[in-house]
Amino acid sequence: MTVIAPNSAETLADEMLLRKRGPLRATLDFCRRKPLGTLGLAIMLIMFAAGIFADWIAPFDPEDNDFNAMMQAPDWLHVLGTDQFGRDIFSRLVFGARTAMLVGFGAAGVGGVIGLVLGVASAYFGGWFDLVFQRVLDVLMAFPLIILALAVVSVFGTGVFNVIVAITIPLVPRCGRVVRASALAVREVPYVDAARALGFGHTRIVLRHMVPNVVAPFLILLSAFVGQAILAEASLSYLGLGVQEPVPAWGLMLQGSAEDYATTAPWIAIFPGLAIVLTVLGASLFGDALRDAIDPKLRDR
Amino acid sequence: MAVRLGLWAAGLGLVAAVAALPAEAQTPKRGGILTYVIPADAPPSFDAHRETTYATIHAAAPYYSVLIRVPPDNPASTTEFVCDLCTEMPTPTDSGKTYTFKIREGVKFHDGSKLTAQDVATSWNYIVFPPKGVTSARVSYYEMVDKVEAPDDTTVVFRLKRATTAFLPALADPYTWIYKKEILEKDPHWYEKNVMGSGPFKMVAYEVGQSIKGERNKDYYHEGQPYLDGIIGIFADKQSVRVDALRADRAAIEFRGLPPSARDQLVKEGGKDIVVQDSDWNCGNILTPNHKKKPFDDVRVRRALALAIDQWKGAPALAKIANVRTVGGIVFPGSPLAATKAELEQMAGFWPDIEKSRAEAKRLLKEAGAEGLKFELLNRNVDQPYKFVGTWVIGEWKKIGLNVEQKVVPTGPWFSNMRAGTFDVAMEANCQSVVNPVLDTGKYLPYKVYPENYGGYDDPKSVELYDKMQTETDPKKQREDMRAYEKHTMDTMVHEIVLLYWYRIVLARSYVKGWKISPSHYLNQDLANIWLDKSP
Repeated sequence: MTVIAPNSAETLADEMLLRKRGPLRATLDFCRRKPLGTLGLAIMLIMFAAGIFADWIAPFDPEDNDFNAMMQAPDWLHVLGTDQFGRDIFSRLVFGARTAMLVGFGAAGVGGVIGLVLGVASAYFGGWFDLVFQRVLDVLMAFPLIILALAVVSVFGTGVFNVIVAITIPLVPRCGRVVRASALAVREVPYVDAARALGFGHTRIVLRHMVPNVVAPFLILLSAFVGQAILAEASLSYLGLGVQEPVPAWGLMLQGSAEDYATTAPWIAIFPGLAIVLTVLGASLFGDALRDAIDPKLRDR
Repeated sequence: MAVRLGLWAAGLGLVAAVAALPAEAQTPKRGGILTYVIPADAPPSFDAHRETTYATIHAAAPYYSVLIRVPPDNPASTTEFVCDLCTEMPTPTDSGKTYTFKIREGVKFHDGSKLTAQDVATSWNYIVFPPKGVTSARVSYYEMVDKVEAPDDTTVVFRLKRATTAFLPALADPYTWIYKKEILEKDPHWYEKNVMGSGPFKMVAYEVGQSIKGERNKDYYHEGQPYLDGIIGIFADKQSVRVDALRADRAAIEFRGLPPSARDQLVKEGGKDIVVQDSDWNCGNILTPNHKKKPFDDVRVRRALALAIDQWKGAPALAKIANVRTVGGIVFPGSPLAATKAELEQMAGFWPDIEKSRAEAKRLLKEAGAEGLKFELLNRNVDQPYKFVGTWVIGEWKKIGLNVEQKVVPTGPWFSNMRAGTFDVAMEANCQSVVNPVLDTGKYLPYKVYPENYGGYDDPKSVELYDKMQTETDPKKQREDMRAYEKHTMDTMVHEIVLLYWYRIVLARSYVKGWKISPSHYLNQDLANIWLDKSP
């Protein structure tokens, strides 16, 4: 039995429309129709730019202790104040954006791509491979993201690279499961059968013919994963299991400060908290809007 | 800003001073129940002979007696010791090798039985010469002891292999509780799960992870004491819970020590209802370079690590945010054997001119081919003060071009990494109870002599200098020998980098009277002299 997935056909039509309209026009349309999503995108872009250009934006070295400026309230020199070591909070936030983006995009990107390939492969091969692979995903998905990340960090240790690995692992099954569902429909379309009949190899069929057709749900997932990964990194660092001092990271900046300096120097906890909230909110708003824009069922609502 | 902080510090000092004065001037009132918080979830066991944690001491010391102790009215003294179960401090005979103690008569265990010199001698024999299957954590403290005897029911004799000034301070160790001979001989593990001593309070209830309760021992031998009708120790391992308990007067005191931020907060909120007692702590962080790993086998690199750190500027600044304050060498700064500031300034890491010091550090690194060295600092996942001090030294090292990453791990892996030698440089601590420099400085001996040294070095010269110092009985000569050992350890070989000594800040409700702070959270914890200045 051959089933043609309506979503795939409509998505193809969307892509054709997008090509016809041009990326600039499509982006402008997106901005006009999705103001909240645009706000989310803007926040993400600002944070991304802050991370990339941190060396030029930050007025101070984020790791430089200055004992003459400990716990100073925001003023013209230190616009967001200083922390308990006299380090400029604005500079640490800007460099913290680099850590957040590195972990957020790194974990979401790597986890998403691995999940994409494995999910599509699982749908394509089916049979025992699919059965065993899905049960492995069941086991991994039984753990909440942060719990699994905690377990991984406790095995591999702390540090930026290990945090990316720790967050990537729980993201793989989440992506793999969703992508497999879409890929099951794509597997049955005639051009996949045609590719098989022409004698193309499995790798070519999976990567060239199936993966591009599940990109839409993948992109939506990816935008959600970025926010989740940033939040997970902040949580791990807050628990003392993520990035370690003196590396600037938002969760690490919150660690201890909220409790110890909540009344005497509240800016130490407020600004990194705000940065986390804004970025996760931005990723979430953008992800929702992207889903609405790409999913034909939701597009006209 | 500096003036404001100075006034604030002066204010705190005044609060502490004002709080201390009435305690001496007022007559203790009898009655009331003291509720205090213990910063732990539960002690691993109640047997102080085998344990090394304050959780055991804070929970159960009020139920036990010891032979001698630091004076409860002056526990900050580093040289004075007084009797608890003995009647007077003995003068040693046999060229300083024999100490004969007369034991108080009429002392009773909480089960009503009589405590005699036999119980004291048996307890000490289990501490110094534990039988097979019995763990004693402090055997190495008493390697100078040859025999412990009780020739009659009121006399205990300690015979030493050699005269040493380290003996009396070691004897005053707060973990040396006196157990009942009959019980020990029947089951040496009985005291791990049971509490039965002769101290100022009798235990009445214990709920694991919750609380431990005691009532006044009416037969207590120190006249008039204890003043309290009872005590309740509440286990609370989270700092925020302890601070909240003090804030809301659900607990009256926390004996281990809280960070400066908690002090500032509670004093600001509680005003005259909160009193602060603070003291240097016989505990300090040290940096241990792994001598078995390159380039830390090179003394020039180790010396550069020490020279980069500005201890004199770091100490007052870190004291505002962490439980540290005093700059010192290998000996606790309050001891007569400690180095003076002038003596410290002669050693690497203590030079008064930090720019000159860092220039020399850079020169040494260049000479050793270790410019821009990148390595890991192994640290313990404990905020106060380990992680604070770790973050500070990484910042100091950055100033000479070193690129250091902090690897923070829980206590178990922290110890196992150090024991296995799988680290570059480790942040550790040398924490002791009774100030006993001769024994306390054993930590800096090579691992073959002192297994708890993790530097991985062998150095016969170090052992030779230590032995000379520890066998010297003339205080002046011993001080000179200590300086030679210290200079060799910290300057010539830079086996260890001694960082700031900790600072103990104890907060209490103002009605808690009679208790005085000491340089260790293990000391002065029988609570017999505490009284409450409020209506029952």
